[in-house]
Amino acid sequence: MSTALSAQGTERTPSGDVLVSARGLEVHFPVGGGGLRRKPAGVLRAVDGVDLDILRGETLGLVGESGCGKSTLGNALLRLVPPTGGTVTFDGDDVTSLDRRGLKEMRRRAGMVFQDPFASLDPRRTVAQTVAEPLEVHGLHGGRQERAARVGELLELVGLDPAVAGRYPHEFSGGQRQRVGIARALAGEPDFLVCDEAIASLDVSVQAQVLNLLRRLQRQLGLTLLFVSHDLSAVRHISDRIAVMYLGRIVEIGQAAAVGADPQMPYTQALLSAVPTPHPARERERQRIVLTGDVPSPAAVPSGCRFRTRCPYVFEPCDDVDPALQPVGAPGQLAACHLHGVVGRPVEESPAG
Amino acid sequence: MTGEPVLEVEDLRVRLRTPRGPADVVNGLTYRVGQGETVAVVGESGSGKSVSVLALLGLLPARVATVTGRALLQGEDLLTMSPSRLRQVRGPGAGMVFQDPMTSLNPVLTVGRQIVEGLRAHSDMSKAVARRRAAELLGEVGLPDPEGALDRYPHELSGGMRQRVVIAIALSNSPALLIADEATTALDVTVQAQIIDLIATLQADHGTGVIWITHDLGVVAGIADRVLVMYGGRCVEDGTVDDVLEHPAHPYTRGLLGSLPDLAAPVGPDGEVPDLTTVPGLPPPPTDLPPGCVFWPRCPVRADPRCETEQPPLAVVGPGSGGLEHRAATWCTEGEAPSAGSPAAGASSRAGGPAAGATSGADGPEGGGR
Repeated sequence: MSTALSAQGTERTPSGDVLVSARGLEVHFPVGGGGLRRKPAGVLRAVDGVDLDILRGETLGLVGESGCGKSTLGNALLRLVPPTGGTVTFDGDDVTSLDRRGLKEMRRRAGMVFQDPFASLDPRRTVAQTVAEPLEVHGLHGGRQERAARVGELLELVGLDPAVAGRYPHEFSGGQRQRVGIARALAGEPDFLVCDEAIASLDVSVQAQVLNLLRRLQRQLGLTLLFVSHDLSAVRHISDRIAVMYLGRIVEIGQAAAVGADPQMPYTQALLSAVPTPHPARERERQRIVLTGDVPSPAAVPSGCRFRTRCPYVFEPCDDVDPALQPVGAPGQLAACHLHGVVGRPVEESPAG
Repeated sequence: MTGEPVLEVEDLRVRLRTPRGPADVVNGLTYRVGQGETVAVVGESGSGKSVSVLALLGLLPARVATVTGRALLQGEDLLTMSPSRLRQVRGPGAGMVFQDPMTSLNPVLTVGRQIVEGLRAHSDMSKAVARRRAAELLGEVGLPDPEGALDRYPHELSGGMRQRVVIAIALSNSPALLIADEATTALDVTVQAQIIDLIATLQADHGTGVIWITHDLGVVAGIADRVLVMYGGRCVEDGTVDDVLEHPAHPYTRGLLGSLPDLAAPVGPDGEVPDLTTVPGLPPPPTDLPPGCVFWPRCPVRADPRCETEQPPLAVVGPGSGGLEHRAATWCTEGEAPSAGSPAAGASSRAGGPAAGATSGADGPEGGGR
């Protein structure tokens, strides 16, 4: 599987080398059982065998419905949740086995922009204190004046007036707070930024402002971005490549234009067909693939293909063979679906539990 | 398309008492909803769209809110109604679906009890009959195993299922008017599509008039007959969905449409999707509305000397389609209307005015980076 992955198309990306890489990544949480010291009743497979390469300088969009594990995957790549299996490497270093010092350095080099700008800023700290914290932690720009100058620089970078440094989060609107969150994430001059639903709680016009800002910063600073979102239009807009996640697995990945225009996996097709466009005439003609039912619980993942319980094209091998990603469609595009030929691991061989 | 009007709102005004002084949240809203018609109310947070419908149903605390105007629901004025009559009307007259199904359902009561409560409040149904009816309703809204779902608690259901329960409650008394306030905003696109289909079917069956409040113009394009764009508590543009979304006349509507990323966006020569047009700045606080056109501090056009001093009336801007006028409240109706399908079309109007508030307009004019 990994040979196919290393052949992922790299055209249109600034350079071909891999910054962040996951192999067989698993994050399982014990659930249920009830009461203290009781054995957990089951396992919730939030991330269940993900192979992923994020190339230096690219923006990778990660989409999927709520509960598909996309946020957990983002967290696991930064070791904000401990993986229960598989490996993550960041610029060649194994993230799962870093010591304290190594982890601290990695924290500087890999930042996070959170979903809710109301919850992710400390209400009792000024903007300057919030943005300067990473500088203090990592001992960057020593000296009060230098730090203040750097904070001003960062605020300017994200489109805020440096004069607001002394204000508190409650004095700002959602979009402005999100800019503060981005400034904080950029303070340590990171290489890699995970944006977890960073625009989900913002108004439409403010979403556009933040999307443009992220794109500008990505180019200006040569950042590598993982843009996690359920908003397909936004992901299509900002990403070089798109990965589609379903029940803890990546089921399709490829260049944004290819995945957006010619998806190969029925789930991606359904997801894209459900996105409404603001053009009444196009809306009336839009052919929708309506998926029935809800996403199955990640604590009870269907055998074989995970999507088979909702797939309109389900046929025989879907029950028995867990599909692997295989190259289909445009160069660099991979999809996990038996419609393109049965490739994968038969169910009997997959480890139980 | 529009039979007898279900709802006629005339010059609705809402003023709230706030610590920062009186806030004019809704400033003279006039519209009607016909039988079986869907009217979409769009606008950003703080534009007054939610408050305007809460005011209709008497859901604003009287201590802080002053509501004036007229709102005739099937000929009866909601705003002068006695509280007891209003309680009778909520349900059979007008049902409401709120945004967050987790907070609009009671977490300590089973789904069944919450539906039965609504049914029995408006009829003398026996408990057993109401329970059977509740199961039917859950079946109608497409919940799998409706009988079993009656005994479940809200936390046992997924977001989409919870929203279906809320819709079932809103529809339990076959209302003449259904108000959906951001009913699908918290849901995934696939579930959103299911819910929209569901409401459309029920609307066709019962002839329900629907007010659909949302900020998602994509949803609007799919479901609405008519669109009303709100900004600063005023209606700044209204007309049929085709007129407003395909030939927007107000600079604000154009800005909103331009700031939407488009799945089918054409890729530029450098292999990249062009930057989004944005509306710089923020909406004005309702405690401090600007004089003149309510949009002028953020407006990229400002082509008329009256913009800053005189409030533009809602005037007819085009012949309109479907027998409905297309109106907009702006002095600046000239200028190129963006052509359909091009997200960058608004760029011509991107004059980069100074932004209000602390955010500088960094991502307006020079948002393109290099």
